[in-house]
Amino acid sequence: MTHTITKLIAGVTFALALGTSLPSMAQDAKPAAGAPAAQAQGAAGPTAAAPTAAEAAAPAAAAAAAPAPAAAAQAAAPTAQKGDTAWMFVATLLVIMMTIPGLALFYGGLVRAKNMLSVLLQVFTIFSLIIVLWCLYGYSLAFTENTAFIGGFGRAFLKGIWDPAAATFSSAATFSKGVVIPEFIYVAFQGTFAAITCGLIVGAFAERAKFAAVLVFMVLWFTFGYLPVAHMVWFWTGPDAIKDAATLATESAKAGWLWQKGALDFAGGTVVHINAAVAGLVGAILIGKRVGYGRESMAPHSLTMTMIGASLLWVGWFGFNAGSALEAGDVAALAFINTLLATAAATLSWLFGEWITKGKPSMLGAASGAVAGLVAITPACGFVGPMGGLIIGLVAGIVCLWGVNGLKRLIGADDSLDVFGVHGVGGILGALLTGVFAAPQLGGQGIFDYTTNKMSADPYSIGSQVLVQAEAIGTTIIWSAVVSFIAYKLVDVVIGLRVPEDAEREGLDITSHGESAYHS
Amino acid sequence: MKMITAIIKPFKLDEVREALSEINVQGITVTEVKGFGRQKGHTELYRGAEYVVDFLPKTKIEAAVDDAIVDQVIDTIQSAARTGKIGDGKIFVSNLEQVIRIRTGETGNDAL
Repeated sequence: MTHTITKLIAGVTFALALGTSLPSMAQDAKPAAGAPAAQAQGAAGPTAAAPTAAEAAAPAAAAAAAPAPAAAAQAAAPTAQKGDTAWMFVATLLVIMMTIPGLALFYGGLVRAKNMLSVLLQVFTIFSLIIVLWCLYGYSLAFTENTAFIGGFGRAFLKGIWDPAAATFSSAATFSKGVVIPEFIYVAFQGTFAAITCGLIVGAFAERAKFAAVLVFMVLWFTFGYLPVAHMVWFWTGPDAIKDAATLATESAKAGWLWQKGALDFAGGTVVHINAAVAGLVGAILIGKRVGYGRESMAPHSLTMTMIGASLLWVGWFGFNAGSALEAGDVAALAFINTLLATAAATLSWLFGEWITKGKPSMLGAASGAVAGLVAITPACGFVGPMGGLIIGLVAGIVCLWGVNGLKRLIGADDSLDVFGVHGVGGILGALLTGVFAAPQLGGQGIFDYTTNKMSADPYSIGSQVLVQAEAIGTTIIWSAVVSFIAYKLVDVVIGLRVPEDAEREGLDITSHGESAYHS
Repeated sequence: MKMITAIIKPFKLDEVREALSEINVQGITVTEVKGFGRQKGHTELYRGAEYVVDFLPKTKIEAAVDDAIVDQVIDTIQSAARTGKIGDGKIFVSNLEQVIRIRTGETGNDAL
């Protein structure tokens, strides 16, 4: 039962109504029609494997009659429903598409032609590397019960998920009592998050880092940076065992450190964006500026590629955000509309902000605004109402425009592709505003109480929630900065972080990889 | 014989080529080039980074012509390539010592 997983805070939620007694047509086939049933299942333990035959039979039974399945569910462990499972496959594929080719093209178009392949290859390789590490030990350390800061090795090598002899597979908990998904797809889904987070970092030191150094750094940072933060923010044992104040306390004590504090991060504002942006900024500072920075033109070589990449990111982000609901239901739909609306708003606000302050609206501005909006709505998308999302998007476009101009000059580092200006600034802004717009008085979800299976009766305090959010942000910044600093220094001593100057001038495509992106 | 080298705005190339064909210029060589003159460049802005683009794209036309039609060729290019705005380009005229047609070995005016 240690492997029940999920992201989000105990106590918060949305997917919610499903676990309660509200019947939902969209949720046909949900085995637990009521909270008591869900609790019974929770006591049995979410690790119980569901026979595949039962999986097939459940939808039919549920469709046939409401009362009968409810009674049956009392006895059986929760079974993954095909609708939820199918959605998680799609969501996982979308997040893969965000990274390769989405993020790779977005970044690739922004560098000079001579470094195009180096960026594509770094993202492609990091994705592959992190997926392997994720299945070997990453998933286990992030999403199994151990301390509040890091998980254990119970799922190392993905052992214990499939029992071939018994022909059973274990399930992962969602945010709804009695609703589960196959643990393997949960592993894959979360693995793609780890992979894109590491991929995001390369934008900060693009065009000058040594390929081997990038890979070794990623192994270190993934292990000591990403995994603990993911565990702190997202790990909990699932809602099924929570029946009353006592069990809530017991289960909460097993969750990650920031989860216990009540930090809200629906899809990864802290874990993914702030985490990666800080690692990138530290790298940009330690690796140093590109040769010729500030004197020579480093204009993007193909904003066409960047536009394609940004568009793939936007589409893929629906998997990232709506998929983080872990089931195909109302909360996923809420995250979906927020991801659509906030992003559109941020695109417009960046574009018009640029038009007013710089004189011309640019394609790069629109693409950057879209990404800024996606980043900012990520932690909020399952908690805030659409109009809250709209405001988050509008603010994100303007603030991130400042992030790549005023703030960038203030920091003075050569963050090549503005990883910090967009992902760091957008992530921090989104995490803070999540605390504001999650408020029921501002159209948000408030805090979900799993003991009563409805919204918490306690009044929602925007001030105290924003403080909790700030604590999560601060923890992530410090954790990532310290781990990154040490990891970069280690790699610098052992391998060296930068390519030689003449190699940098000639371009990494030829000198590091022996190939050219374009032939005239 | 003279070598006429004209630097013109790229979008004027077709007009210049047609005009030259009409006055029986037998061949020209065209190259895409970059440079600057009084028109200077422009600035490009990518997020916070502003770059001055000093060299603008231009088209270079080279034509080897008989002394007899040099003035006519110059007039033709000038009228076809002219927009009246800064950046229309320049025409350079230089002496041409010798011309040889590779296929036949003809030289001088016969090779033009």
